[in-house]
Amino acid sequence: MVTASAAAAAPLFLAAGEEHAPELAAGGFFAGGAWIMLVLPFAAFLGIVLFGKRMRKQGAELAVGAMGVNLLWASVLFVQNMLGGIHREVNLTIADIGRLGGVDLSFELGFVVDGLSIMMYWVVAFVGFLVFVYAVGYMEGDVRVPWFFASLSLFAGSMLVLVGAPNLIQLIIGWEGVGLASYLLIGHYWEQKENSDAAVKAFLTNKVADVGLILGAILIGVSLGGFRFSDLSRAAAEHSHALEGVAFAGGLLLFLGAMGKSAQFPLHVWLPDAMAGPTPVSALMHAATMVTAGIYLMARTFPLYQNLAAEARQWMIPIAVITLFVLGFLALTANDLKQVLAYSTVSQLGYMMAAVAAGGYTAGLFHLFTHAFFKALLFLGAGSVIHAVHSNNMSDMGGLRRKMPVTFWTFVVGSLALAGVIPLAGFWSKDEILATLSHEGYTAFMWVAVAGAFVTAFYMTRAVALTFFGTYKGHGHPHESPRMMTGPLVALAVPTVIAGFFNIPGVSWGPIGNFTEWVGARVVTMGDYHPSAIEWDLAAYGLAAALAGIALGWWLFSPEAETQAARDRLEIPVLYPLLRRKYYIDHLYMHGVVNPIKGPLARGVDWVNGHVIDAAVNGVGLLTAWLGRLVYGRLDQQGIDLVLNAAAGGAGGAGGRLRLLQSGKVQQYAGGFVVGALVLVAVLVIVT
Amino acid sequence: MTFSDWLAEPVNWAFLALALPMTVAAVRVVTSRNVVHAALFLVLTLAASAGLFILLSAEFVAWVLVLVYIGAVIVLFLFGIMITRAPIGRETDLSHAGRWPAALASLAVLALTLWLITAVSGQVEGFDGPLPAVGVATDSAILGEGFIMRYLIPFEAVGFILLAALIGGITLARKDLTPAEEEEAERV
Amino acid sequence: MILTQFLVLGAVLFSLGIYGLLSRRNAVTVLLAVELMLAAVNINLVAFEAFWNTPAAHGQIFAIFVITIAAAEVGIGLAIILLVFRNRASGNVDELDLLKW
Repeated sequence: MVTASAAAAAPLFLAAGEEHAPELAAGGFFAGGAWIMLVLPFAAFLGIVLFGKRMRKQGAELAVGAMGVNLLWASVLFVQNMLGGIHREVNLTIADIGRLGGVDLSFELGFVVDGLSIMMYWVVAFVGFLVFVYAVGYMEGDVRVPWFFASLSLFAGSMLVLVGAPNLIQLIIGWEGVGLASYLLIGHYWEQKENSDAAVKAFLTNKVADVGLILGAILIGVSLGGFRFSDLSRAAAEHSHALEGVAFAGGLLLFLGAMGKSAQFPLHVWLPDAMAGPTPVSALMHAATMVTAGIYLMARTFPLYQNLAAEARQWMIPIAVITLFVLGFLALTANDLKQVLAYSTVSQLGYMMAAVAAGGYTAGLFHLFTHAFFKALLFLGAGSVIHAVHSNNMSDMGGLRRKMPVTFWTFVVGSLALAGVIPLAGFWSKDEILATLSHEGYTAFMWVAVAGAFVTAFYMTRAVALTFFGTYKGHGHPHESPRMMTGPLVALAVPTVIAGFFNIPGVSWGPIGNFTEWVGARVVTMGDYHPSAIEWDLAAYGLAAALAGIALGWWLFSPEAETQAARDRLEIPVLYPLLRRKYYIDHLYMHGVVNPIKGPLARGVDWVNGHVIDAAVNGVGLLTAWLGRLVYGRLDQQGIDLVLNAAAGGAGGAGGRLRLLQSGKVQQYAGGFVVGALVLVAVLVIVT
Repeated sequence: MTFSDWLAEPVNWAFLALALPMTVAAVRVVTSRNVVHAALFLVLTLAASAGLFILLSAEFVAWVLVLVYIGAVIVLFLFGIMITRAPIGRETDLSHAGRWPAALASLAVLALTLWLITAVSGQVEGFDGPLPAVGVATDSAILGEGFIMRYLIPFEAVGFILLAALIGGITLARKDLTPAEEEEAERV
Repeated sequence: MILTQFLVLGAVLFSLGIYGLLSRRNAVTVLLAVELMLAAVNINLVAFEAFWNTPAAHGQIFAIFVITIAAAEVGIGLAIILLVFRNRASGNVDELDLLKW
């Protein structure tokens, strides 16, 4: 099955510049043509934008079709990789960047097919396909359906470009594409101000982190003399001297990028707000496309952290553990069903990040893998409920168990998997994370993670009880969703139950091996820790925590109790307001970062504004230059003094205030343009 | 080369005969109080520049300029002036209060450009010498070859832009009927 | 003839164009000023062509490109002015301040 057939790969024009690890197979036709998966969603995007409105299903058939082909393609690769590891990398030089730091750099595009990327291809295609199918039913009769499906295709396509990237530059392209598509999708209902605000917030928060990613990429690329991940992995595996000096800084900067996309504390604030988008978007974003990008980046550059940047990991683990524990609590007080799930995602991302940071490459990826299934399932289930009751709030739900049986049962399966109940997928992956933390000596963090499992089980029980048990509190007569929506639920429930079995420590399933071997097919061996046998004591702790959480949740929110009263019972004096206000982190950003910058800046700009109106028309050009220095000085000063988030808030505030400068008079702008061009030319001439 | 040397060449007399009226006409384009006059002064400017092109042995460009600009663009301008009912007679406030900063900016541009010319003139060989290509008319076959060989893609792109401008112009300038008028039109 | 005389002429025309662009109220006259600037650029292109004397006459080719683009620009520009005039009953650029906010 797995033979390196050069003849099969020959017709593909990208065959130039290939390489593969000698001990792994090249993968034949499907691996050589993997670029098709990267291109198809963009073709679908274009097709929908151009012709979507005229099609019967408003372009959804193109999106679903492209994803369907991708799923088949990825499945073939997935099976090939199960039977024997594949590695193939294709690089095509597009342009020379020029010399930077004494090395010639070039801009390359291409794709990489190895254990890690195949796993990601498959997860994105599988979850993406089901979400797309579901969205056909969910978005029926909604606004701007063609644009929605076009953006969804863009979203999935950008993610595929990201995970297929053989180098940091292409990864950044995909990374920004994901950010752009998420902005479009979160703000899909932009008629309401909160929604477009949420989109802007997601974009800005991610931009803060992207600064880290880009700086990290430049730092590493210049020290390494290239941006390829394979070179980076090899250099890291050989403890290259060129990288040693920058490993710590570069590693932390890349991690900063990952913190934004993967919603690690304190850059998690955008994720709960991102619920403003339609539910299929949330499902896709939380399960497969957006938030996993950060974890993927950490896994892709894992050799760097494993071999060179050990100090960086000491910084990463506490952040991950804070994320998984502290932010999980926020799900307790959320009334919006999707917010509960959003905080649970943040917390699970903390688990993954903690695992990868602790040296558990496989453990983190395995949790990503299983989490993708049950989180997509939960979101789609929540979407089904929301579709039926026309409200996001759990206070409008209740008693839906009999009215929506398919949704109920699949949601329960998903919740149990998320809580980590044996034998569902979440149990095995969480157990592996606990084992990794314990083995690598992070015992205290391991116990925090166990406590996190308790919290997870507790709030998921609360969500299930408030939504599906008790009496119905909303309006109208909710009924089960159409087949188009329940089908994906059932299809996702299957891997939610069985995915965990593929990485039981010490078990290998004959010819297909296990998950560890699948994702271990990389250009260098990962050298990560994965348990060789089940550690029953840790499994017992995790399971006990989960069951205790479920029991407590059931006791507090059981259908017999008056739910409203039970909620009141929970309002512990200090904790409850703290959680309701999300630890005041949003307040902190608003008052601690955005406003101090906005205030003086606004006053300064106001002053300028008054003078601009009085001044002669073309004075504006000179004033703009002066103002630029003022803004630069302020922003720069504040930016140095304050935490990184200052940049995001400052940009937002400055933008809001600076627009007052616009008089709308075209000729003022033209005057400014002329003066600016003059200055530029003069500077250019003087410098050269 | 001194100024008198320069003036001794008869072709420079021709140059001056074109350039001086051209400059005056250009000044009138931007200062005239009458829009129609401004447009007609532009015709004069462009005609003079076509003459300069002939002096520079660029006949083809000169005739294209005459055909496209003086033949078509100016007509377009005159139509535009009439349709928008721009003040055709003398108009006191054709320029607005911001003319002094505008003059300042344009003088700054002039100063910078002249400074650049003098700064560069010493550094480029033959800058002050006679122009080598003058005297032999450029064969339009060379231009044609350039358009369809080396500059084929820009040529097609420009053609596409013209088409887009044509369609865009029509779409923009077309008068949309109100629903009531549309009904009226359908009934007829 | 030397190169400098054409460059100076071009510079003068260009700055006159800028003056017109910035100072005129009537939108049609603003467009006229833009045409003046383009004419200045054309003079420079053709003069430099005569100076470098390239075999394929690149400068002249680009001058023709500029003329073509200018024609397109005038077409669109006048259509926009027409539309603005229809909607706002004014062809004065300083009364068009909808670009703000």
